[in-house]
Amino acid sequence: MTKRRVVVTGLGVVSPVGIGTQTAWNNLVAGQSGITRITKFDPTPFASQIAGEVKGFNAEEFIPAKDARRMDTFIQYGLAAGLEAFRDSGLEVTEANAERIGVTIGSGIGGLGLIESTNDSYDEGGPRKISPFFIPGTIINMISGNLSIMLGLKGPNIAVVTACTTGTHSIGEAARMIEYGDADVMVAGGAEAAITELSVGGFASARALSGRNDDPATASRPWDKDRDGFVIGEGAGVLVLEEYEHAKARGARIYAEVAGYGLSADAYHMTAPNMDGPRRSMVNALKNAGVNPDQVQFMNAHGTSTPLGDTNETNAIKATFGDHAYKLVVNSTKSMTGHLLGGAGGLESVFTVLSVYNQISPPTINLFNQDPECDLDYCANTARDLKIEYALKNNFGFGGTNGSLLFKRV
Amino acid sequence: MSDIEQRVKKIVCEQLGANEADVKNTSSFVDDLGADSLDTVELVMALEEEFDCEIPDEEAEKITTVQQAIDYVNANLK
Repeated sequence: MTKRRVVVTGLGVVSPVGIGTQTAWNNLVAGQSGITRITKFDPTPFASQIAGEVKGFNAEEFIPAKDARRMDTFIQYGLAAGLEAFRDSGLEVTEANAERIGVTIGSGIGGLGLIESTNDSYDEGGPRKISPFFIPGTIINMISGNLSIMLGLKGPNIAVVTACTTGTHSIGEAARMIEYGDADVMVAGGAEAAITELSVGGFASARALSGRNDDPATASRPWDKDRDGFVIGEGAGVLVLEEYEHAKARGARIYAEVAGYGLSADAYHMTAPNMDGPRRSMVNALKNAGVNPDQVQFMNAHGTSTPLGDTNETNAIKATFGDHAYKLVVNSTKSMTGHLLGGAGGLESVFTVLSVYNQISPPTINLFNQDPECDLDYCANTARDLKIEYALKNNFGFGGTNGSLLFKRV
Repeated sequence: MSDIEQRVKKIVCEQLGANEADVKNTSSFVDDLGADSLDTVELVMALEEEFDCEIPDEEAEKITTVQQAIDYVNANLK
């Protein structure tokens, strides 16, 4: 049996550089930072006081007010991006196709903000103050659940939870479901809204976050020698994946093909990275696609701006691609969005797909003094027109979980 | 309209996402205003908050219409 091909026919974005795919992409190509001082709570006591917050988001533009009020923000973001992606695909749900359309939109952390505020209510008023919507408003599969209810999507409905690899794995697993025949269409991606006191405090305590509080816009600086940690971000990125013949038959706009998907584990350390895990993830994605390393031109890297992680990923890219690594353009859009954790793979896959579709690499901004140990072409500071046949997307997460997606021009 | 009636109706509108015009004294939360079982639990919590009282579960179960909510508050408000 020949493999069923999977293509991308819809995109949706809620991000620190804009709400809506076109707005976010334009800002990204222009090299605009979405990082500012935290406004969601008073960050003064925290070591890291900066973040990529989503600005001007009004949930009621996307979701009925009564329902929106009962959802943690990560669900609102995921639904907004999911609805945009679905609309963008031009698909109509009918009785005939509803059971062939599924959802897999995950989150790394889930409804921590609502967990924190509900705990405050509990401390003040006891168990009677816990809302009946607390559980459905915070658990991670409720983006997938609510989107299926809103649109009537009766196919597979799941949520992947793999820290900062969540979005990547969600898309890869969704593509496999289409390949395998479980569905013809999957709405897939990741969302996160973890700019909360406990989350920022926890990542700061692990010494993972940038402390460049006096200059938020330049704090996320992947591969720069003065990088000092990642900047937390929030939002969502969602793709509509569709079986190729299905998309062709209805004359859909095809942004790119999902050509390969690879996964691996470091089996090394809870939070510290290891070179061999990411290498095997990339190799597995190439192998899955049947593509040689020298056929790839572009990579949207994990590139978080942590001292260890950026060097490690650079070494893993060299180990995967050999000399061809120096011919790749390797970009980190986190330099502008910050790190969306479970949303990162979703948002950055949207950007990777747009790079393939538009034949452009967005810049990696804030690359002032490139770290000599990170000696690849990172598309420093200015976007570039680029012939892209194949583009690779990496994400790595706590627990040592890795995921890579290979997108192909169609 | 009494002050309590107004406040009850305002809460019902907010909690159930209903239009003011649709919220009548005889309206049933479930049959007329589209509430489900979780909505009614949250509605009672909002009434407790607004009127600074505690409505026991066995009493809460009997409040199924706007008028019943108004009557309960009138009878039990300190």
